[in-house]
Amino acid sequence: MPVVLEHLGKRFGDGAPVLDDVNATIGQGEFVALLGASGCGKSTLLNIIAGLEPPSSGALEVPSDGAAFMFQDAALFPWLTARENIELALKLRGVGKADRKTKAQELLELVHLGAAGDKRPHELSGGMRQRVSLARSLAQDRQLLLMDEPFAALDAITRDLLHDELERIWKETGRTIVFVTHNVREAVRLGQRVLLLSSRPGRVVQEWAVTEEHRTDAGLAGQLTGVITARLREEIRRHAK
Amino acid sequence: MPSNPTPLAEASAEPAEPRHIHAALTRTSTGNEDLRELESGLDSLQSDAARKNRIDWSRILLPIAALVILVLIWQFYVSLGLKRRDQVPGPMDVLGQMGVLWSEGKVQESVWTSLQRGLVGFIISVAIATPVGLLLAQVAPLRRAFGPLISGLQVLPSVAWVPAAIIWFGLTDATVYFVVFMGAIPSIINGLISGVDQIPPQYRRVGTVLGASRLEMALQIILPAALPGYLGGLKQGWAFSWRSLMAAEIIAVGGTIGFGLGSLLDQGRQLSDMAVVMSAILLILAVGILIELLVFGPIEKRLLRSRGLLAGSTR
Repeated sequence: MPVVLEHLGKRFGDGAPVLDDVNATIGQGEFVALLGASGCGKSTLLNIIAGLEPPSSGALEVPSDGAAFMFQDAALFPWLTARENIELALKLRGVGKADRKTKAQELLELVHLGAAGDKRPHELSGGMRQRVSLARSLAQDRQLLLMDEPFAALDAITRDLLHDELERIWKETGRTIVFVTHNVREAVRLGQRVLLLSSRPGRVVQEWAVTEEHRTDAGLAGQLTGVITARLREEIRRHAK
Repeated sequence: MPSNPTPLAEASAEPAEPRHIHAALTRTSTGNEDLRELESGLDSLQSDAARKNRIDWSRILLPIAALVILVLIWQFYVSLGLKRRDQVPGPMDVLGQMGVLWSEGKVQESVWTSLQRGLVGFIISVAIATPVGLLLAQVAPLRRAFGPLISGLQVLPSVAWVPAAIIWFGLTDATVYFVVFMGAIPSIINGLISGVDQIPPQYRRVGTVLGASRLEMALQIILPAALPGYLGGLKQGWAFSWRSLMAAEIIAVGGTIGFGLGSLLDQGRQLSDMAVVMSAILLILAVGILIELLVFGPIEKRLLRSRGLLAGSTR
């Protein structure tokens, strides 16, 4: 199991716990959608898995080589071209100079940006930037890929396309993906499993499997989305005063 | 009539393919090729078309017009005859004096001496200030310890160091360089530090996630990210070294110190020759403008344009 979380808790200073008793296991090559309302500590959980923050309590098991990370904003370096951004990730990973060029081109082709490699981030559209960002996180060549609401800021058309794109790349590369989102439809569209995180403190309260039937039958998928949305709203209502 | 199969006719020719329901919830039935095409269509819709760069004449003509107007006002004021001509010489007097100084070789000598000193002093300042600035910006205890001192040094007029430098080094080039360093180094360090402070925190996080070591972080991420602020610091550093140089040259004259623009200015003062003084001032100004136009301006513009920061600016 690449990722095992056991009784994981996190609090900042003396404040209320952000995460409390989070338990989850994520298998090799699995695509898991981590769903929750705003402020449920989704990003904190991802940061802990990525090793950017230590947990306050509990134990976790992650791959020893760490994880690749994709942020909500593309966070490309504006002084580098798309290609150079990818090459920098390869360089920091220790890939030799000769290999970097071909590898970067391969990754650009993979996200269908083979011709846009020499453009600067500000010359790219939001969707293109996110694809470069995806290519950069793939350049890290880690089995585990963590994604923190990567498509939240995109328009609907672009997001739909990137869903197809991400699914294709996931199948081609066999990565284990943990995808954080607050969008139920997105979670059902992408995940093999959907984990619902409660808010304040964050805890995995329920999970659903998304089967192959859900993929092909829009009605079934709609039903599941309805069920998950109802459960999510119930969680949010608990905080009403 | 030539038979021209329309896409419609083609589609009706193979009706066996069952149609998938397209909804955002289910996987779309698009194949890889189709996806590539869709994406490339969207990409071209969403990116701006490249714009061509043309020479913008207003950039050249407007400053020249402004200069001409200022000279005309100057000439008009002089022609009113309110002040004695030897106290306020006209543009033509100064131009004539400049011609005399040129034929004597003094213009060339003083500009060359000062410029050479200024550049050497500035380059050495950059070489010292850059690593120190990076170190201060990245290591918190160092910054807390020395930050206030560096800020203070930047406020301290570097002319204040001239008497001390003369006592330590006498009337030599060392005095001039020392004063230039004390002017330029703190200001470059401060520019670099404020450039680093303005880096979006996200860049550091990306660096950490990509596995950058401390040194790699500093050189591959922090320094390029801080470049606009650093360049601002360099500009100010140059201004400070040029000013300090002039101050030092005006005060410290003689000895093995060569003949610079400041020396020319001081010579004009001693001879009470206002045309020489004005010539020297204009030469000092001209060097400053030329360095900005030929060196810093183009570099800054390129830097900002490549990062998409130039749109909508009045530059």
